Amino acid sequence: MANFIQQVVSGLASGGIYGALALAIVLIHRATGVLNFAQGEMATLSAFVCWSLIDHGWAFWPAFGATIFLSFAGGVVLEQTVIRPIQNGPLLGIVILTIGLLIAINGLTTWVWGGAAKQFHGPFSTAPINVGGVAFSKQDIGVIAISVVSVVLIGLLFTRTKLGLGLRAAAANPTEARLVGVRVPGMLALGWGLAAVLGAVAGVMAAPSLFLEPNMMQTVLLYAFAAAVLGGMDSPVGAVIGGLVLGVLLNLVGTYVHWVGGELRLAVALAVILGVLLIRPAGLFGRTAVRRV
Amino acid sequence: MRSSTGCGSDLSLLELRDVQARYGEITALHGVSLTVAEGDFVAILGANGAGKTTTLRAISGTVKTSGDILFDDHKLFRRSPEAMARKGVAHVPEGRGTFSTLSVLDNLRLGAWVQRGVSPRDLANVFEFFPRLYERPDQQAGTLSGGEQQMLALGRAMMAKPRLLLLDEPSLGLAPLVVREIFAALKQLNEGGTTIVVVEQNAALALAAANHAYVLETGRVVLGGDAADLKANESVRRSYLGY
Ligand SMILES: Nc1ncnc2c1ncn2[C@@H]1O[C@H](COP(=O)(O)OP(=O)(O)O)[C@@H](O)[C@H]1O
Ligand SMILES: [Mg+2]
Repeated sequence: MANFIQQVVSGLASGGIYGALALAIVLIHRATGVLNFAQGEMATLSAFVCWSLIDHGWAFWPAFGATIFLSFAGGVVLEQTVIRPIQNGPLLGIVILTIGLLIAINGLTTWVWGGAAKQFHGPFSTAPINVGGVAFSKQDIGVIAISVVSVVLIGLLFTRTKLGLGLRAAAANPTEARLVGVRVPGMLALGWGLAAVLGAVAGVMAAPSLFLEPNMMQTVLLYAFAAAVLGGMDSPVGAVIGGLVLGVLLNLVGTYVHWVGGELRLAVALAVILGVLLIRPAGLFGRTAVRRV
Repeated sequence: MRSSTGCGSDLSLLELRDVQARYGEITALHGVSLTVAEGDFVAILGANGAGKTTTLRAISGTVKTSGDILFDDHKLFRRSPEAMARKGVAHVPEGRGTFSTLSVLDNLRLGAWVQRGVSPRDLANVFEFFPRLYERPDQQAGTLSGGEQQMLALGRAMMAKPRLLLLDEPSLGLAPLVVREIFAALKQLNEGGTTIVVVEQNAALALAAANHAYVLETGRVVLGGDAADLKANESVRRSYLGY
């Protein structure tokens, strides 16, 4: 039983990372219909920036704060310079552009930081803490806490502020949003900024356990896509829960289903998701659009 | 020539001078000129495809135009819908534009986007006009009935406290009772000082509510004047009033 709880908590920690990245993907998809394949590499780049700041003698938390800020600015600039010029072009073009962006950012991080994996010392020790006879890793608990806090903050921004209302309006119906005075292009840029922030959180939280290298987030991106699809591509809540479910599922399957082992974990997880989608094509939390003419 | 009657004054709030608009190859407006005075209730009549919707779009900046558009006696350059909203133009588009995936309350809040904040008094005012919205603040707009959606669209426009309210076929597809409710609300808003331009297929209804009217045909203004005069006009009666 203790082992089971440990595995669940450890799964929640990875799941929080998948969920944060999935949320970033869903935010952009909802607003623009674009699947941002570069979201993982953007997160890796953020993690490298954080690593460099720490390498230059910064303490973790100030470095993390600065990384969040820089990532936000980077997301906004990326939208304005790369995405905006072709925003109204064919969707496939934009998707290919984000794949190009993935390759470009990957090349950039390899060029600047080299391909060798770096040790990233996170803010939490890997030492276990004992709670009622069950040993949890401090790092897992810390990662869960950070993921929850960032996701909740983003949620509050979207549901409780005027800015969030504008973001939702721009995503729901851009033409209509402009009519009430919302500056839609600004909202889209802001959306990319926020997605980059979530990516930065995911990247920095993943780095201590995955080792920092240019391809670090590629598998995580796959899991994040799977989580987003599982939750329902247009549901922010679904993305986060999808991430958590997937994290726990992967961990439990890897631990208890011995013939699966590490190699087949992804395949099993995807099979489960496929099963869910057969029953609920819009995902667990996806809505089929209600529309009345 | 126009004489002002009713609550209209001679101060022009909006003027279109030879406004032309096109969608790609298709020219929708071949030079529309019209004037709307502060406090006016103006009806725009015309057959399907005459350019009524495009005229409203020209005013709210949702379609590119040539010719001059003056608001408050200032010529407007580089118009955009967001800029026009900021100037006090609220446009309720054809087919009741609401954010169908957002709640009733969020829709109303968005109406007040150009305001400093969501004033509880304005909100109470909208709910007083349309109690049916008050009963379902959290309902998703897309699941409202057609009449409720039109009320929401109008309520959202009211939240912006517009100087100029543009409405595109507000009566379309609604039950007569609901239509009467909507037009009663419009009349009351107009008496409160809001200038209104309404596009309507239902000419009798529009001419009864408005104090001025224009008739569009294939992208041109062919008639304009007092609503009462147009009601008496032989060709308007035959083409639009059907008697
Ligand atoms: N989005 C569009 N693309 C191409 N042509 C359009 C579009 N919207 C309207 N039109 C054309 O412009 C003309 C005027 O249309 P509209 O202003 O919608 O007329 P009305 O509202 O009076 O029915 C029509 O000939 C119509 O076919
Ligand atoms: Mg029309």
